[in-house]
Amino acid sequence: MSASTTDSAMPLEPVPGPGARSGRATPDIVRPYGDTTGDGMVQVSFTLPVPHDKRAEGAALQLAAKMGLEPALLVHAKAMGPDFTFFVVYGSVKHLVDLREVTVVEREFPLLTPTEVNKAIKSRLRRKLVVVGACIGTDAHTVGIDAILNIKGFAGEKGLEYYREVKVVNLGAQVLVPELVERARAEKADAVMVSQVVTQRDAHIHNTTTMSAAFREAYPAGQVPLLVVGGPRFEEGSADRLGVDRIFGRGTTPGEVASYLVHALAPPRVTTPSTKEKA
Amino acid sequence: MSSRAKPLLDLDPATVRQARALARKAGRPVVKLAQSHTTVSVERATLRLAGLAGADHERVPWVNHLVDAVRAEVGLEHGVTTPVYDALRRGEAPDLLTLAQKAASGSVQFRLPVGREATRAQSLARREVSRGIRTIDKQRANRDRLVKRHGDPEQRPWIYLIVATGDIYEDIPQAQNAAREGADIIAVIRSTGQSLLDYVPEGATREGYAGTYATQENFRLMRAALDETSKELGRYIRLTNYASGLCMPEIATLAGLERLDMMLNDSMYGILFRDINPIRTFVDQRFSRQIHARAGIIINTGEDNYLTTADAVEAAHTVTVSQLLNEYFAKEAGLEDWQLGLGHAFEINPDLPDSFRMELAHALLARQLFPKAPLKWMPPTKHMTGDVFRGYLLDGFFNLVGAMTGQGILLVGMMTEAVVTPFLSDRDLALQNVRYVLNAAGGLTEDFHPPRDGFIQTRARQVLGEAVDLLDAIVHDSDTAGDPPLLAAIADGTFGLMKRPADRGKGLDGVVVRADGYDNPATTMLEEGSDR
Repeated sequence: MSASTTDSAMPLEPVPGPGARSGRATPDIVRPYGDTTGDGMVQVSFTLPVPHDKRAEGAALQLAAKMGLEPALLVHAKAMGPDFTFFVVYGSVKHLVDLREVTVVEREFPLLTPTEVNKAIKSRLRRKLVVVGACIGTDAHTVGIDAILNIKGFAGEKGLEYYREVKVVNLGAQVLVPELVERARAEKADAVMVSQVVTQRDAHIHNTTTMSAAFREAYPAGQVPLLVVGGPRFEEGSADRLGVDRIFGRGTTPGEVASYLVHALAPPRVTTPSTKEKA
Repeated sequence: MSSRAKPLLDLDPATVRQARALARKAGRPVVKLAQSHTTVSVERATLRLAGLAGADHERVPWVNHLVDAVRAEVGLEHGVTTPVYDALRRGEAPDLLTLAQKAASGSVQFRLPVGREATRAQSLARREVSRGIRTIDKQRANRDRLVKRHGDPEQRPWIYLIVATGDIYEDIPQAQNAAREGADIIAVIRSTGQSLLDYVPEGATREGYAGTYATQENFRLMRAALDETSKELGRYIRLTNYASGLCMPEIATLAGLERLDMMLNDSMYGILFRDINPIRTFVDQRFSRQIHARAGIIINTGEDNYLTTADAVEAAHTVTVSQLLNEYFAKEAGLEDWQLGLGHAFEINPDLPDSFRMELAHALLARQLFPKAPLKWMPPTKHMTGDVFRGYLLDGFFNLVGAMTGQGILLVGMMTEAVVTPFLSDRDLALQNVRYVLNAAGGLTEDFHPPRDGFIQTRARQVLGEAVDLLDAIVHDSDTAGDPPLLAAIADGTFGLMKRPADRGKGLDGVVVRADGYDNPATTMLEEGSDR
């Protein structure tokens, strides 16, 4: 989380670009900063599957050169058992970063307090907003979904169970996708929330696409509940590819999720087109 | 373990006695409950002791087939072995495996024998099951012999490292390397989700999510590999796995048969964190702990988990409460002090002032409440942010607490916690961290005496006081169903805010109330200490 997540209501002066807080304009092209502007210094560490000797050190420098570190300084090499060597390399990287080509997903909705969330749901939806959550597939790590849904919450914010106007059905761990679809239907879920922590062999990607496909199959077009996934290793901007509406990453708080639900399911009636439509 | 003469914390002995008395009071009705029920997994474990292994072509174990068949025909109220050995005596099949195979296709008739028939079936059952018990005894003797030959680690705490590739044939070289680099204990993390499987997979496995399946063959392969490494290093390398989830009794049994040395085995973890039915858990747990006691296995309890969901300062006393309950249930099941790797963890938010002093206070409290138990000290996970450099420092402070407070087992923290599964280099760096701290500061146990009524002593007393209050609230809890107070407390969310009623949760349908004539030769021999 950046430091400026307090509220959209905060009147911010238009700023020329990111990093302009010091009043100094950021150039479009930058290099890594070690201790002097433009020195391009970075440090990397890695292991090569070779015994530690002169050749291994040469191999490490070869890799550094191929990574764009020139000149590279091998500052540490240590044998790890008979077959491996660990290296720390410092060097000036020859690549340039063009800030104009950087694309990021900006939060497309304002952050609301729990009271504002409840008020918005009550006045615009005129019933409780129903959220069904689960860990699907073999994933038994409920930490993520519990942090968002359980009243205990996360990072000092209470979970969605705490919101008077939100009905939470937390199915827990290792829920089968058909079971999730079934419950979502039975509960008339407005949103379905799935957490995926285990990422071995891309299980999180596989499980998420299976889930979104199942919902599209089970519901008439346009009536699929809002599909939200969370997990530490999802790629930003991959929501469309996975067939879901929104991805939340590491460090997401319940308040952000609640605000998003309001934005997506109970938007203000008089409104400008959402950023989503524009994109 | 702790050879200190004078206790470092000035705890009131009366308060300590009161805490233990309350834990006993909370635990006893639950033990009664465990003694009056059985589960499908307890019955399957008994058949495994009698030598039934293997699975059908769809990898459904024969013990599952046989228990299901008996249950469908005559129920499990009297135990699975009496109808099974009655069927064998009647010549339904030449041996146990064939009987299970025939039962799977529905071509065996089971009945509940009475009178002399019943006695004969039961004595045959006892003879067969006792073979498994004697194998466990033999494996324990083997361990004692190997420890004598190769020796224990030179230092305390013992260094505990995790491998988790999903493929047993990848795990083996990694485990051997870790031992060469200094690990004394290797834990093979289980595949995510195994705890909710109501059967134990078979054979050597190469596919797992975030861990490797616990199977008898995987246990055997890894133990054999570590026996080789122990010989090479002149130090007995211990092997750890997880007796938790729906198959806890069976996994404990397999661990005893294959000479595993430590098992994760918490009294409430499955209930709270896996939503397994409370009664199922307590019944399964008692049997598995009786096996562990017999097998000379050190159990590791899971108190660290409480602190990953709750705040480590606010909830410090829940760790103490859980340790006391785990101690009661463990001793009731026959485990001795040296087998109690009670858990605790370094999880206080490092941004709090005095966080390190509080960690010291909590760790000393556990050390002093359980002076003869090895205690398992768990590294930070919750406040590992992905800043690996800061994480490395935090792990160093964790190691320092471990060294200063005389912990028995130290789970090595990885700076890449919460980022990736550890790289080879992460493990090496982590071990360097441990070695440096133990070398540099291991002797601090001699100099470190927190002043009387100072911050550390006061904090420890406060946590103990809160633990006593919570235990008191637990023994006075009640529900409309008239469940034991501890179950009522679990149901209303006393632990970690998770509400787990006794009539809900996974595995409930595998719980059976014992009938008057219930017979289980394994339980009998475990309780008598007999082997015939």
